Amino acid sequence: MSRFLRNNGWVTGLFALLILLFIATKIIQPSYGQGDFTSLVRAVLPYAFAVAAQTVVVIAGGIDLSVAAMMALTSVTAASMMAGASEEYALFVVPFVLAMGLVLGAINGILIVVSRVPDIVVTLATLFILQGAALLVLDAPGGGAAEWLRGLILGTLPIPGLPESITGWIPNALVLLVVALCTVWIPLRRSRLGLSIYAIGSSDLAAFRSGVPVARTKIIAYALAGLFGAMGGLSLTMSTGIGAPIPGPYLLASVAAVVLGGVALGGGRGGLLGPIVAVFVLRLVRTDLTLLAIDPNVTAIVEGSIMVAVVMFGAYITMRSRSS
Amino acid sequence: MSISTVSGQPASPGRRIRRFMSDYPLVPLIVLLLLLVLVLQTLSPGIVNPRWLGNTVKFAIPLALLAGCQTMVMLTGGIDLSVGTAATMAGFIVATQSVDNPHGVAMAIALIPALVIGFVNGIGVGVFRVHPLIMTLGTSLIGVGCLQVYQRTVISSGTKYPDFLVWLGTGVTWGFPNALVLFIPVAALLIFIQRRTGFGRLLYALGDNERATRLAGVKYWQVILALYMLCSLLAGVVGLLYVGLIKAASLSLAEPLVLPSVAAAVIGGTSIFGGRGGYTGTIVGALILTVLTTLLTILQMPEGARRILFGAIVLLVTAAYLRIIEDR
Repeated sequence: MSRFLRNNGWVTGLFALLILLFIATKIIQPSYGQGDFTSLVRAVLPYAFAVAAQTVVVIAGGIDLSVAAMMALTSVTAASMMAGASEEYALFVVPFVLAMGLVLGAINGILIVVSRVPDIVVTLATLFILQGAALLVLDAPGGGAAEWLRGLILGTLPIPGLPESITGWIPNALVLLVVALCTVWIPLRRSRLGLSIYAIGSSDLAAFRSGVPVARTKIIAYALAGLFGAMGGLSLTMSTGIGAPIPGPYLLASVAAVVLGGVALGGGRGGLLGPIVAVFVLRLVRTDLTLLAIDPNVTAIVEGSIMVAVVMFGAYITMRSRSS
Repeated sequence: MSISTVSGQPASPGRRIRRFMSDYPLVPLIVLLLLLVLVLQTLSPGIVNPRWLGNTVKFAIPLALLAGCQTMVMLTGGIDLSVGTAATMAGFIVATQSVDNPHGVAMAIALIPALVIGFVNGIGVGVFRVHPLIMTLGTSLIGVGCLQVYQRTVISSGTKYPDFLVWLGTGVTWGFPNALVLFIPVAALLIFIQRRTGFGRLLYALGDNERATRLAGVKYWQVILALYMLCSLLAGVVGLLYVGLIKAASLSLAEPLVLPSVAAAVIGGTSIFGGRGGYTGTIVGALILTVLTTLLTILQMPEGARRILFGAIVLLVTAAYLRIIEDR
């Protein structure tokens, strides 16, 4: 019970931090409003999916280094399939790409379970492989995206009966993010499978002895990570309209947000909400730095330093809790 | 030859071959290297000549040196993905600083960022116990950011490559690449460190059983800090050599060498889990990869397929290694 409270306390603290940052943003830039919030959410979208992918795997006691490469591959696949195709064809592309992510993620899991090589090495190898595959699909940024798909994350959601001043703060991108994450996460969290994922992350030996199918659960966890990765890839294609074969900075960002979000890197602890709030915090810091008119390259350094500091802090906490 | 004599033994030949391969990992590696050269010769007859040999060695040397960093770190069970950034920074800075400064000063300035990267890596891994992969990935991102900012300040001054580095990188004397002047002492030093010094033994010990080593009184963070700084310094030197070889300073100068350097160390028999392996295997691994790259270029394999192949090699070799270790 105390652990439950502490975890919730962490997320509450993060929310407070987020609100403080919003207030700081408003002070730096008094005109910060609905439009800026909409673009913030759009920028967060691929990061949020990358973080979701990483969260599932980390809770299951692993780590997925291939998440950024997975996004690059799914993104170029979607973009090259939709290039020049009809609008209706995209209705087929989206489920296809999602299924592809699921299968590739499952392959990650199967490789780990069958080869018995540590997660970090296997996903490093699949990072190279997926990156290579992305380059084979498209060797330079290109492709296209269906207009209706791009429109999904533009603008805000009009809700009848609510004034524009409120609906303006509910961007479609946020709705899409919440819907996509909830449809996977909530049923998972409430099912036996979700419990198994936490169990194998906490202690796979104990889980095995209590009759949890460890190998199968691990494969499913990686498959779900692949699915979230594919969502991230699709969101990249949706926001840019093209696909780029070079993976973005999503790997380190996802690990940093997972740590900041209160998920223990050892596994078995934490939820999805914390990391998602954490990713908003990290993005908003970037926005603030930009608003303060700091050179974008310096922003990249500051951001990288924050992430490294967060990861160091997380490792330190893990070390402390292990030794005590 | 030697493999066939071993498999001729009566008791369980498969097991004996495996035993032999784990005892003498260099033999199958050299056989593989010769096989690749043979395939190359068959695919395009006449390509294997002294000039080709010189070129292959010339391009294998930066890779082998960078893989040397990787080997040292892997012995402790880590991995260093920031070597590419350390090398790129050194190469880019020496090319831009040589315009105004004497070459010796420029080289000294160029090695400073590499040392800083190594220091931060060492602190993160040794004191805070961050996983080396994540830590070095982070420092390499920060390093690239710093380099971009630095590029803004020197964008108008142009670049210049010190004659010495060009001589070292591209020159050939009596058919031998001049880079051997750098490579042979460094390789000898690395092998000496690994086999004959206390520091080298500590690396193996930490990789084999960290807990036991710490209980034996070894200061973990001191060894790790020294290791990562040494590794980054070597990576910086590789950057100097590589910019002399390529003669085009860019922000992604040595990045293409990072994945192959990991692959070369893994192929060379250094275990990614630590405690096993050595530099001699890595050198052969780097040669194998260079020949393989030539082969893939002749076969007109695209870059993507090459990366897939590297990934597959790392995975397969690691899995095979695990089997061999479990077997004993």
